[in-house]
Amino acid sequence: MSATTATRTIRRAQAGTTEAPWVRWTLIGIALAFMLLFLVLPLAAVFAEALRKGFGAYLEGLREPDAWAAIRLTLITAAIAVPLNLVFGVAAAWCIAKYEFKGKAFLTTLVDLPFSVSPVVAGLIYVLVFGAQGWIGPWLAAHDIKIVFAVPGIVLATVFVTFPFIARELIPLMQAQGNDEEQAAIVLGATGWQTFWHVTLPNIKWGLLYGVILCNARAMGEFGAVSVVSGHIRGQTNTIPLHVEILYNEYQSVAAFAAASLLALLALVTLVIKTIAEHRNEQALKAAAELPPERPAPAGV
Amino acid sequence: MTAATSVAARGAVPAAPARAARRASKRVLPGFGLTLGYTLFYLSIIVLIPLSALLFKTATLSWEQFWTAISAPRVVASYRLTFGASFLAALVNLFFGLLIAWVLVRYRFPGKKIVDALVDLPFALPTAVAGISLTALLAGNGWVGSILEPLGIQLAFKPAGIVVALIFIGLPFVVRTVQPVLEDAEKELEEAATCLGATRWQTFRLVILPSIMPALLTGFAMAFARAVGEYGSVIFIAGNMPMVSEITPLIIIGKLEQYDYAGATAVAVVMLVISFVLLFIINALQAWQRRRAGAPA
Repeated sequence: MSATTATRTIRRAQAGTTEAPWVRWTLIGIALAFMLLFLVLPLAAVFAEALRKGFGAYLEGLREPDAWAAIRLTLITAAIAVPLNLVFGVAAAWCIAKYEFKGKAFLTTLVDLPFSVSPVVAGLIYVLVFGAQGWIGPWLAAHDIKIVFAVPGIVLATVFVTFPFIARELIPLMQAQGNDEEQAAIVLGATGWQTFWHVTLPNIKWGLLYGVILCNARAMGEFGAVSVVSGHIRGQTNTIPLHVEILYNEYQSVAAFAAASLLALLALVTLVIKTIAEHRNEQALKAAAELPPERPAPAGV
Repeated sequence: MTAATSVAARGAVPAAPARAARRASKRVLPGFGLTLGYTLFYLSIIVLIPLSALLFKTATLSWEQFWTAISAPRVVASYRLTFGASFLAALVNLFFGLLIAWVLVRYRFPGKKIVDALVDLPFALPTAVAGISLTALLAGNGWVGSILEPLGIQLAFKPAGIVVALIFIGLPFVVRTVQPVLEDAEKELEEAATCLGATRWQTFRLVILPSIMPALLTGFAMAFARAVGEYGSVIFIAGNMPMVSEITPLIIIGKLEQYDYAGATAVAVVMLVISFVLLFIINALQAWQRRRAGAPA
């Protein structure tokens, strides 16, 4: 008697952690419908609009010289901004994750700050520093150096908006991995650089890759901040997103979506690499978790 | 010595030895001065000094100039629109973000991996691309617009379109903050609730929801903060009519195009202060969540 009650209770308890099948499938259905409507359709629309007048018109849209200039400028911008933020990200993650010091929480907040500043405000602050009426604008003008409404301004604005990406990825990862392996290397006589290259870097490489591709996607796709500092000179200071805007406002829909489709492809590639990197990262973390403790719990954000 | 501490710490709660080890590591690991110095240097030239330019520029305005710039009817209308649309969008994301996180953590269905990866699309897809694509979808001749418009629902070039764009932008914030907390949730608590006679809905409302509340609110605040500053995806779909569908970042751009740097700065300071307040709230929420997670069950 009591045995059957016990089994019944256990069965009820197990059933109590999930829902009836019809509830389950309804919830899955609503979630998938929402994602189809808000994520898949916009993505599909980019390619559908770009190919609306056939593949020839699509290629035509990408072949004009202004489009090439925009692609080149976008690549240059990302090629400068991403490595700068990569070096910063590693340095910031090293000092925040490996040491205890006063003001560490405040420093972490400051590193995250650019995420919460509107892109338009991010562009504006560089205009206020380097613009004609800005702090060092007159000095720059006297020496014939152009920063705002030229390529350097675009790079600076991009660096600002992509500032926290890599640091943010690395800090929780390095905190979760702890210091023991580095300490062992130092005790065995390795220099700081050797420790970093041969011990730390192999441990964080997937997280690093993940941060770099997210940073790159944002660097190539940034619109608001770059729009403020660019000056919109065709063929000179237009990145791909700005080029898309101009074409779109001129009702050259196919050409606009053709350029946009390049960025959409970049987004898809980013998602694929991110999924792979995340998977590898999880495996690395799991392996680390099987090692002895003495490390703080992974700070999941 | 490290080996000894780690052996001692195994099994036991490792708080005190870990702290001792971390203090010791400060002496052992090189590079503290270099990395902290570089971090502060780079942070200053890229972020802090340019941001302070905004405050210095504001200081050159008289209080009256400042107040006139930030309280003009057109600007006030833009605050109302920006915050209203952001709040609505964050609310929609709160609900559907939780649902998507729940489905991804608790259920198995075909294509789950792809759906999981797709959640991050708004992080990866440039905002301008999202903007023109949503506009094309919702316009009268678009896939969605051509269905809705005969029903009398017009979304593109209306404030409602802004909400749609902001939902797209904010969705991953809620899903990605709630998902890990749901994964860590202890099923034993739910089993206990059921054994004590709770229905599934009661268990969800009284056991699960309180435990994920900090994460849920963090995701909401992040989606809201991102939406308030959003520019690229909104301007294409908004229609940008003064007093009706003009967002605050667009006001700043408009003032800049008329070389009204003082006015642009004043409005930007308002936005910056709001960002700081939101950042502060998000930090407090995350601290609450960490305390929750750290507290013994």
